[in-house]
Amino acid sequence: MSERELRISKIQNGTVIDHVPGGESLNVLAVLGIDGTGGETVSIGMNVESDDLGRKDVVKVEDRELSQDEVDVLSLIAPDATINIIRDYEVVDKKRLDRPESVTGVLACPNHDCITAGDEPVDTTFEVLDNGVRCVYCETIIREDITDHIVR
Amino acid sequence: MRHDHVLTARQLSRGDVEEVLDRAAEIAADPSAVADRHAGALLGLCFFEPSTRTKMSFEAAIKRLGGDVVDMGSVESSSVKKGESLADTIRVIEGYADALVLRHPRQGAAKMASEFVDVPLLNAGDGAGHHPTQTLLDLFTIREAHGLDDLTIGIMGDLKYGRTVHSLAHALTTFDARQHFISPESLQLPRGVRYDLHEAGAQVREHTELEEVLPSLDVLYVTRIQRERFPDENEYRQVAGEYRIDSETLEAADDDLAVLHPLPRVDEIAPEIDDTEHANYFQQAHNGVPVRMALLDLLLEDADVGAIGGDAR
Repeated sequence: MSERELRISKIQNGTVIDHVPGGESLNVLAVLGIDGTGGETVSIGMNVESDDLGRKDVVKVEDRELSQDEVDVLSLIAPDATINIIRDYEVVDKKRLDRPESVTGVLACPNHDCITAGDEPVDTTFEVLDNGVRCVYCETIIREDITDHIVR
Repeated sequence: MRHDHVLTARQLSRGDVEEVLDRAAEIAADPSAVADRHAGALLGLCFFEPSTRTKMSFEAAIKRLGGDVVDMGSVESSSVKKGESLADTIRVIEGYADALVLRHPRQGAAKMASEFVDVPLLNAGDGAGHHPTQTLLDLFTIREAHGLDDLTIGIMGDLKYGRTVHSLAHALTTFDARQHFISPESLQLPRGVRYDLHEAGAQVREHTELEEVLPSLDVLYVTRIQRERFPDENEYRQVAGEYRIDSETLEAADDDLAVLHPLPRVDEIAPEIDDTEHANYFQQAHNGVPVRMALLDLLLEDADVGAIGGDAR
């Protein structure tokens, strides 16, 4: 087994998120709401050499198969990511990201006067535009640095 | 109208607007015909910010339809002062009324509140967001003064935070209107409104000086530039002074120019304009009653008026 393979070893069951832009893997986990409290074993390869991207990140989540809805939200920060569902070390399903119509509970609205910034029992929801996202409550549009607004 | 709630002007089609304005014209022509139409109906007034015109005209409107109001009162005297969320407050008041009117300092408050109630909810202003019922009376006034098609309108003042501006700009996209926005650069339209106008294919121009467009206007909609939007008094005075109109300003305007203002004004329209044919702003404020009567009439037609308590989920 080569050193490179050792660094990012195969998993038996779970989900492999590949072709994540270099340095974005922690944001991928944040967007997916994976923070370790669920008990999953998570491996991250950061800035791995890639023919396509130059440098890429790879995220492996063991014993959890992410659904299409769960992974579509990644299109906001890693539109070219590929999702491999692994069972017994074999890839049984490959998913491509579809841009969702909206994302809920993933981003905080940067508008301090937005009702979602108050103490109300409501999750943020953003409509996904061609070039950015828009708060469905106060209609603020975020185009740049979307990752700065991820709820952590 | 096929809406349970009236949250933004963007949700209103041209057909919706015309239905409300036509009904308002009928009511204005013969108010006695609807005097008992909604006898027993209760309108819940939930004003988390001060209001004179909007609140009083809603109250006048429901009473002239035969109904009445239940009023939350001021925030200082309500349970909001104890830290109650808007979501809880609105769910409670829903049980007391057949429709709700909400004004709140936060943008998006009406949309969020509408997710917690089944009775019709009308947005009477949500921070710097929207004010769709004001827009309906603005459109009614414009229609009476000029008509809503082949319209060249200038909208001047605080375009960034002015909720009446945002709603009016949205609504005008469904009519054949050329919109000129006149403001200091620091108070130009927010990104979200620009996006919608662009998506709607609206004819929009932006200016920093009224003189550039005044002679071409059929309607000039003036709004107040607020002191608190500027870091210091001098800057405010300098900017605000450039967006004031008086008799001299209007010498360059068409004789038929209609001047509107959502009120209250401070000094952006000189009192000497009040007695001229240009002044439409007091009539505009009066139009709030028949327009809100029409809107309530349409919304309450299908509502379960008189249901006691409601279904508290």
